[in-house]
Amino acid sequence: MRVALFITCVNDTLFPGTGKAVVSLLRRLGCEVDFPAAQTCCGQMHVNTGYRAEGVRLARHFTEVFAGYDAVVAPSGSCAAMVREQYPKLARPGSKGAAAIAEVAPKVYELSEFLIDVLKVEDVGAYFPHRVTYHPTCHSLRGLRLGDRPARLLRHVRGLELVPLPGAEECCGFGGTFAVKNPAVSAAMGADKTRNIMDTGAEVLCAADNSCLMHIGGTLSRQKTGVRTMHLAEILASTEESQ
Amino acid sequence: MSATFLGMPGNFPENSQKAVQDSQLRYNLRKATHTIRGKRADVVGELPDWAELRAAGKAIKDHTLRNLDRYLVQLERAVQDAGGTVHWARDAAEANRIVTGLVKATGEREVVKVKSMATQEIELNQALAAEGITAYETDLAELIVQLGDDFPSHILVPAIHRNRSEIREIFLEKMPETPAGLTDDPPALAEAARLHLRERFLRSKVAISGANFMVAETGTLVVLESEGNGRMCLTLPETLISVVGIEKLLPTWRDLEVFLQLLPRSSTGERMNPYTSMWTGAVEGQDFHLVLLDNGRTGVLADEVGRQALRCIRCSACLNVCPVYERAGGHAYGSVYPGPIGAILTPQLRGMGSELDASLPYASSLCGACYDVCPVAIDIPEVLVDLRAKAPHAAAEKAGMKVAGWILDDHRRLAAAQRLASKVRGLVPKKRLPGPMSAWTDTRDVPEIPEESFRDWWERNERA
Amino acid sequence: MSAREEILARIAKAVAGTEDVEIPRDYRTQAATGDLVELFAERVDDYRAVVHVLPAAEVPGWIKERLAGRRMIVPDGFDLDGHESWPDLHTADGVVTGCAVGVALTGTIVLDHGPGQGTRAQTLVPDYHLCVVRADQIVSSVPEAVARLDPARPLTWISGPSATSDIELNRVEGVHGPRTLEVIIST
Repeated sequence: MRVALFITCVNDTLFPGTGKAVVSLLRRLGCEVDFPAAQTCCGQMHVNTGYRAEGVRLARHFTEVFAGYDAVVAPSGSCAAMVREQYPKLARPGSKGAAAIAEVAPKVYELSEFLIDVLKVEDVGAYFPHRVTYHPTCHSLRGLRLGDRPARLLRHVRGLELVPLPGAEECCGFGGTFAVKNPAVSAAMGADKTRNIMDTGAEVLCAADNSCLMHIGGTLSRQKTGVRTMHLAEILASTEESQ
Repeated sequence: MSATFLGMPGNFPENSQKAVQDSQLRYNLRKATHTIRGKRADVVGELPDWAELRAAGKAIKDHTLRNLDRYLVQLERAVQDAGGTVHWARDAAEANRIVTGLVKATGEREVVKVKSMATQEIELNQALAAEGITAYETDLAELIVQLGDDFPSHILVPAIHRNRSEIREIFLEKMPETPAGLTDDPPALAEAARLHLRERFLRSKVAISGANFMVAETGTLVVLESEGNGRMCLTLPETLISVVGIEKLLPTWRDLEVFLQLLPRSSTGERMNPYTSMWTGAVEGQDFHLVLLDNGRTGVLADEVGRQALRCIRCSACLNVCPVYERAGGHAYGSVYPGPIGAILTPQLRGMGSELDASLPYASSLCGACYDVCPVAIDIPEVLVDLRAKAPHAAAEKAGMKVAGWILDDHRRLAAAQRLASKVRGLVPKKRLPGPMSAWTDTRDVPEIPEESFRDWWERNERA
Repeated sequence: MSAREEILARIAKAVAGTEDVEIPRDYRTQAATGDLVELFAERVDDYRAVVHVLPAAEVPGWIKERLAGRRMIVPDGFDLDGHESWPDLHTADGVVTGCAVGVALTGTIVLDHGPGQGTRAQTLVPDYHLCVVRADQIVSSVPEAVARLDPARPLTWISGPSATSDIELNRVEGVHGPRTLEVIIST
């Protein structure tokens, strides 16, 4: 199966390790991975901050770059939800843009969806001997409705102890530009989230979005907690050899 | 007299920053919202057809809004046929003029009130006071707010920000007949309120209410409540004046079968609230007046995305589940409509001319919990994002977003920007960023910028 | 232009060109098929009301015993031989009524204030309300109850005694309405 990787601008710029993990994981599972070089950003930051014109331009660019692939895999629940849930609202009904979106959007998958729904695999052959807790990010939980897909994948990782996160379904307080436009509330939400994480005794906090992990991780690090953050892809890509 | 929100200075980020630092407030809100969340989840979970009820509720409201003019005329006729009088008010001033005139015509100087969002929205109590008429709030939480000269902070429970010991203090100070030995046991506090209001109920000749629903087909008004203060006000006085937003309409009697299931379970987390009163026109010899209120609603109706906010049945489920509301509290929103629904309703009803109102669409992390619990499926995040596109933007932010857009328009420009960032990575302070980004580093470290972006890594290793 | 005309014109302009929607009614109209008396009794009890299930023949005697020596309002049309109705609303100890409908799923009693059900004030001001519900008046669901009721009548839906959740969102019984609700289900 020929799969396009949509790395997302945040991962591309700040978390290349997540992209490398997706590539090695998908290849291990027999996929041919392509990285369309012209890709940039889904436009979520612009649209959700009120800059629709710029966002629409980026959405148009996305649909052009990813047209024609069997599947597009993104290691981000938030960006996948942007394409699938919000793109259809950006174009005028019946327009050329709407048709392009209708063509591309359904083929965009968040990583765990792609693994479970398309590749039909739960055990990806990973090994990660650590205690891990999982934060279901809002857009993967309530946007994409990923449900327990990430947990099913994590439970099959050898050596991994998955511990439940109290208040898991509550937002961490990132919210894109919300984090800097409403810093006090964002920080208060982040502080409550980190307290819940600490209570689990986990060594690693895992999620399907590096943007949320950047906020929670930045808080965990500032508070000198010693808890690491890792993207789901990086845990699933881990093997005995890579440890 | 409770305080007024109009013309409140500040903006949501500043208001909420103060609230976040108030540990008593945060404790009260956390306790209350988490209690009600659990109760709501339990009683909603009991109904296997919740999704179907929600779909029906949404469609009934959309159909009503689409035909609102026709149904309002039908309602008017039905109320008149049953002996009631119908008034129309374009805005708050007109509604207040009508109500004040009706009260004056009775010769009374006091009115009792059932909790109503519409009369809070138009600041009726202030308008009555200006004409020498005293309005007594009879809902327990409204009473607490009124006695404490405070702002309401929640749609259903306006005094949610107060805990039992604070309520005890207010009662001891403001209700002269309260015995000094009053404890902060909730039943004792409820008993004190009962005694305080008893005499007033029996003596008052005029009552003012809102309504949860109006049925066009029959002219019936419906009020859901818990304490019995509603029944007291609706039943005992000789004159009843109900001020109701035009969107509170339902087309048919049968439609109540949907909303009497959706509302109590969503709002107080009960299978049914203790009391629901339904009346059609003038009942048992009462003089009944209905004031139909626009006050910006037709403007909201004209907006294709924003009009879904008019489906709202004021249940407060979105407030109770909102992580931002839980930490910021209701006062930060500067409106009688706080929380997620307030963040989309207030800027539409009042416009975004003030700094406060323009900041409301941003008072959300877009986590979507509000949309999930909304019994009429208002896509609050969708409306928030739409309002953000219409909100005024600061010049510096505009410039920054423009540059970001320009870079992201072309992968070569993005790659160049990434290379530049990697080059200066050693210079980026992990603990203190300059300018507006300092809002990030006040509480969070900055992630390390990698030596190489993913795309450069791919180019180097994979591009054959 | 009058306010009425102006508001109606604003609405017409606002919704022009908007498509109407179909209303899907796929929800349940009947909520339970089992023993409705048992379910109703259980749900009324959940509100901390007092519930008794009695054979119809025993109800009048039981009520008489209950009311003996108390200043009770017995409204017109409530069949109870030999018990004088207390004439004053404000000094009455309580009221005894029938009802129009009972809703099993929600534990709700609906009064339409017809014969034997008193006025709205009579079931509100006294601190004690004794309500007799015949088994055949109990329906399973809210939709069934709505269908049985007459919108032309004033209606009072009662689910347990007066209560408030205004203090820390915890339910406390007993505010302005009757603090004691006692329900007899007559079978």
